Amino acid sequence: MFDDFFIRALVAGIGIAFVTGPLGCFVVWRRLSYFGDTLAHSALLGVTMAYTLDLNIAISVFLISSIIALLLIQLQKRTNLPGDALLGLLAHSSLAVGLVVIGFLTFIRFDIMGLLFGDILAVTTDDLLVIWTGGGLILIVLKLIWKPLLASTVNYELAEAEGLNPDRAKAIFTILMAAVIAISIKMVGLLLITGMLIIPAAMARNISDSPQKMVVFSIFGGLLSVILGLYSSLEFNTSSGPSIIAAALILFILSLFKIKQSIKLKN
Amino acid sequence: MNSNNNILVKLNNAGFRQSKKWLVEGVSLTVEKGKIVTLIGPNGSGKSTTAKIALGIYKNIEGSVEKYTTKVGYVPQKISIDWTLPIRVYDFMLLTETIEDSAIDEALSLTGVIHLKNKNLGSLSGGEFQRVLIARAISKKPELLVLDEPVQGVDYTGEIALYELIKKISDTLNCGILLISHDLHMVMTATDHVVCLNGHVCCSGSPLDVAKNNEYKALFGEKASQILTTYEHKHDHVHSDQGEIKKN
Repeated sequence: MFDDFFIRALVAGIGIAFVTGPLGCFVVWRRLSYFGDTLAHSALLGVTMAYTLDLNIAISVFLISSIIALLLIQLQKRTNLPGDALLGLLAHSSLAVGLVVIGFLTFIRFDIMGLLFGDILAVTTDDLLVIWTGGGLILIVLKLIWKPLLASTVNYELAEAEGLNPDRAKAIFTILMAAVIAISIKMVGLLLITGMLIIPAAMARNISDSPQKMVVFSIFGGLLSVILGLYSSLEFNTSSGPSIIAAALILFILSLFKIKQSIKLKN
Repeated sequence: MNSNNNILVKLNNAGFRQSKKWLVEGVSLTVEKGKIVTLIGPNGSGKSTTAKIALGIYKNIEGSVEKYTTKVGYVPQKISIDWTLPIRVYDFMLLTETIEDSAIDEALSLTGVIHLKNKNLGSLSGGEFQRVLIARAISKKPELLVLDEPVQGVDYTGEIALYELIKKISDTLNCGILLISHDLHMVMTATDHVVCLNGHVCCSGSPLDVAKNNEYKALFGEKASQILTTYEHKHDHVHSDQGEIKKN
């Protein structure tokens, strides 16, 4: 029953869940879900660049996403447009440019569906290496910036006044977001990465009362979603990426009952 | 540079401009160890801006700030906390620095909110939250404490107790305090130096000097001046920490 490719998919998914769990919490806390979406859309441009210049997909996506993130920060400083309008501008124009460039690359056959929704079952051993080393690095860096990032999430001025350098933490966090998208684009696809970041974290929010607990529950939620999603995709022959997200959604719905319970207990 | 080691922060002719409008300009002041410097002034006179300049929150300032400490405790005037973050009072106490549980308990007891330790921050009332903010700022035993209207929303008796606490902290920790307060009685009794702002420094000096200053009278009215001066006339005693009266 356990074909080799399935084990690889499982190991890849588990690696991704360990990283999207804590990062997803910050995405929810800092209201960055649309920002994550924008980076994911720009990843398409990164993938086309990888094909054109024959680069590693993860590295190319990481570069393009980082550039888009820096561009966004600059645009926010220099224009009077609201943040969400700028995000929409960057998300859809980078997606459009990516698709136009694909049109020119007639010599390559693109699996657009695979790009949008990921193909976790096609994961190679090299991909596993990228996910686990990249993911490990992301978690180490996140641990190092945890205090300033959390403090500035609660209140920017408090963090700044008490010497925590929140601007630096924010810039590093932006790079980490680009990195997580880079390592997971091939597995989850650009339309589903944000789901993997947000849904387990949203589920965790419903059942936790402290930041640390929310991170732990978010990781567990992601792991459970990967395992449930992959097994059910094997069982029901559904596509794996969407099955993982659907499993995460079911966990989220279950977590809503916990809120109901705690409200009842209070009354 | 630092000829006097007691100086914690020094503003030299500092000012801050936001989109071509001066929020405050030409402020010079010094906060020293064990001293309380109070900023007073009408709304929009640049009190909070001055505090933020001293804290280094505003970066592109005119003039200069010399800061000789990194151990800072800050109680901001406005704090908007996003409740999408689940956070208890206990977690909030550890936000910017890791401190021992005993220090957390002590600070929360001093401000009278120890019973809220495991409550969610979002469930507190305005006054309770203010007490937690003060507890957080003092629990890290800072050298410089910046308090921007620290007792807003606190009940009347609590207000007096908290101001007494602030005075006590400045003595026991020997920390310098930059205080923004509307309470002129407080300004009179505990402050070493008053800076009266109105977009610029309108006058400064000891509380009594400021009260006698004509610009101060113009800004706050004759009544406010009387509060300070009459207070000074009556003031032939000092209060101990427990509030007992001692004759001078």
